Amino acid sequence: MSVKILGKSKGFYDTYERRPGNNKKQTHYCPGCGHGILHKMIAEALVDFDVAENMVFISPVGCSVFAYYYFNAGNIQAAHGRAPAVATGVKRALPESIVISYQGDGDLAAIGGNEILHAANRGESITVFFVNNAIYGMTGGQMAPTTLIGQKTTTTPYGRTLQNEGYPIKMAEIIASLESPVYVERVMMADVRSKNAARKAVRKGIKNQIEKKGFSFIEVLSTCPTGWKMTAPQSEEWIKTTLVKNFPLGVYKDIADEVEPLDLSLNLATPERIPRLIGLEQDKMEFDTASMKIAAEIDQEIKIAGFGGQGVLSLGVWLSEIGMREDLDVSWIPSYGPEMRGGTANCHVKLSHNSIGSPLVTHPTVLVAMNRPSLDKFEDDVVEGGAIVWDSALIDIGPKRKDIRSIPVPATKIASDFGNTKVSNVVLLGVLAGFSDFLDPLVVQQVLPIIFKKKHLLEINLKAFQKGLELGRELKN
Amino acid sequence: MAKQFVKGNEAIVKGAILAGCRAYYGYPITPASEIAQTAALFMPLVGGTFLQAESEIAAINMVYGASGTGIRAMTASSSPGFSLKQEGLSYLAGAELPCVVVNIMRGGPGLGNIAPEQSDYNQAVKGGGHGNYKTIVLAPNSAQEMCDLTMLAFELSDKYRNPAVVLADGFIGQMMEPVDFPEPVTEFAEKTWAVRGVDRDRMNLVSSIELDPDDLERHNQKLQSKYEIIENNETRYEEYLLDDAEFVVVGYGIVSRLVHTAINQLRDEGVKVGMLRPITLMPYPSKRLAELAALEQVKAFSVIELSNGQMVDDVRLAVNGAKPVEFFGRMGGNVPSIKELVHEIKRMMRVL
Ligand SMILES: Cc1ncc(C[n+]2csc(CCOP(=O)(O)OP(=O)(O)O)c2C)c(N)n1
Ligand code: SF4
Ligand SMILES: [Mg+2]
Repeated sequence: MSVKILGKSKGFYDTYERRPGNNKKQTHYCPGCGHGILHKMIAEALVDFDVAENMVFISPVGCSVFAYYYFNAGNIQAAHGRAPAVATGVKRALPESIVISYQGDGDLAAIGGNEILHAANRGESITVFFVNNAIYGMTGGQMAPTTLIGQKTTTTPYGRTLQNEGYPIKMAEIIASLESPVYVERVMMADVRSKNAARKAVRKGIKNQIEKKGFSFIEVLSTCPTGWKMTAPQSEEWIKTTLVKNFPLGVYKDIADEVEPLDLSLNLATPERIPRLIGLEQDKMEFDTASMKIAAEIDQEIKIAGFGGQGVLSLGVWLSEIGMREDLDVSWIPSYGPEMRGGTANCHVKLSHNSIGSPLVTHPTVLVAMNRPSLDKFEDDVVEGGAIVWDSALIDIGPKRKDIRSIPVPATKIASDFGNTKVSNVVLLGVLAGFSDFLDPLVVQQVLPIIFKKKHLLEINLKAFQKGLELGRELKN
Repeated sequence: MAKQFVKGNEAIVKGAILAGCRAYYGYPITPASEIAQTAALFMPLVGGTFLQAESEIAAINMVYGASGTGIRAMTASSSPGFSLKQEGLSYLAGAELPCVVVNIMRGGPGLGNIAPEQSDYNQAVKGGGHGNYKTIVLAPNSAQEMCDLTMLAFELSDKYRNPAVVLADGFIGQMMEPVDFPEPVTEFAEKTWAVRGVDRDRMNLVSSIELDPDDLERHNQKLQSKYEIIENNETRYEEYLLDDAEFVVVGYGIVSRLVHTAINQLRDEGVKVGMLRPITLMPYPSKRLAELAALEQVKAFSVIELSNGQMVDDVRLAVNGAKPVEFFGRMGGNVPSIKELVHEIKRMMRVL
């Protein structure tokens, strides 16, 4: 009877057009099923609060999978157990909507245990209705995580046992133990009184969401005459005599009056502001490329290697940043995968006049070795006529090869003279800019303030670079 | 806008935001974590949502919810996490919801390792979850394409109401290169099907259910014709030195970069070899491969992958026996050296 009234006030559709077959007026639920009663209470509350049109209803997998036949709202049907995750995605996108996440006991407490726990723990601003009928109704009366000890189902034909399946799970108690939820109550669909109490809980759970109070969870002990193989009155009686003994009713948590409404407003940036906000405008620079003299015709393939923490990767990034501003094609790739074996960190940098194919450097034109193992490991790979820049403060014996240019730089020593061994890689950058003909010191100097992200270290970095540059120039002459 | 030197993984997020994506849901995993970290950095600044979900399963379902409201949403992961997303992808495809899922592939099976592989090709290209569905699959080979193809993925995914996967490997994700970022997208088609919690959407339903076998068959047929339209309109590939090529190497992602260098060396030795690089893996450039196979000049194909040979099946289907199709692959995260590639290509072409 209430269906008709609600139909007019638009909690439910007037006729259930999505329902297959000719019967477009009645629900698909079995007579005496708790789902239908709960549906009515939800629809009624939404209409009374005048938010029916703002509802997004998430239906689960279970007997209530077809809730979208009835609710006059935007409906989203979720995968088994995932309704709280789907509800999260909806509510975050539509903070002004009223999101109802509706689940059965298999859906919520078994397959979707993780999703409900975390949605509750995050305090998603949604209302969850948890229909505990101690059985899998939809699939033919199998055991649910809430099935009672001794209860016979099609998958516990001898009755659920402690040893095999453990205790029935008490979701209201679990959810109430979390800090975020504002309201957790367990109600039942048995007699008039208990249904009235249930109606009140439904309304409160929805009102909390309207008032932006946070996560509300209403567990409903609900009849499944079909799964329980009982008549409707027997089912209500079984809830009262048996089910409720295992799942005590009550308000497990209610802090809704104590908490401030959440600020859920979205602050979407206008498109014009996007590039700045994601850091795409910060290093725009005026650059006089015409004045640059990049003498090197030859493409550079550089390998930089050392211990982790020596700034190996950063040095490679700086070289690439400079190369990019010299209008070269550049690539950088860190040691990764099998390359990482052996305890050295290294990176590969390519600076090329043509588009770069493989970003990997197997035969460097320049090897920067910042520790002994790196020199040992990569010395043989350097091309004939290439250069090996090595930290002579850390490596006692230099390269053995005579067909390469050996450039000893006491980088760590110089850096420690500046009071910070961490800038040894900056000294090496200066040396490379000084002696090589593929880095234009002018460009490098313009780029440095941009690439040194830590502004408080800019001064010492510039000094270290200058020292390296002088050293590099001496080496060149 | 200025060129920026960025990691592939970072370029994905910036491209996504420029494409109008305002929701990122993900779970950390190497070598894709920079994507989540970059999204965590920027999404709040543009008023979007970043949420570290409790699992990849939750993340893809959050994307399902977000996308159901009509906004552009994404998630990213690496192979083990991509496996967990398959359930959600099937539902998204069934409900015809757009979304972008990035997979920075790593070594498998199982936990495998964190080094680059291309062993999720079949999972990404052939559907991956249950049911008769496919996702659009784009395969970037540079940081620039990590941005561009992510943006394209959003566009195609909206246009066809179908999930789109950006399939890259650990190398492309970790590599830094200059990227020219385009201007933000400002025009979006209205999604009349979306559920937005307002009166006019009250008849809208996001669902993958069709109870009646005839209805479900019709729905499936509609999906298949959509894939056909996608195949006709959206196939993208790049050709390198194919004009006079006697041998055609096929490789995508990082492999195409290595093959590019190997081909340059082979050309120096006078070997007439070129490359076809699929940019879209679904739709696959089968027609172009068939055309090449029909050319008298083309003697053979060689497919190179960081896998046990997955894409090679699609090349064989396209070539359809017209010419020999050879395969060379490395697995476990090993990447062939250029020397090895040159040798293998010669072996496969029988010009050793
Ligand atoms: C991944 C997955 N596993 C299993 C199923 C089959 N299945 C459908 S409903 C259901 C149980 C539903 O029980 P419950 O959540 O208690 O809902 P009820 O029908 O009792 O209301 C199961 C196991 C499914 N649809 N998807
Ligand atoms: S099987 Fe049980 S839960 Fe399902 S509709 Fe029937 S009575 Fe309701
Ligand atoms: Mg149940």
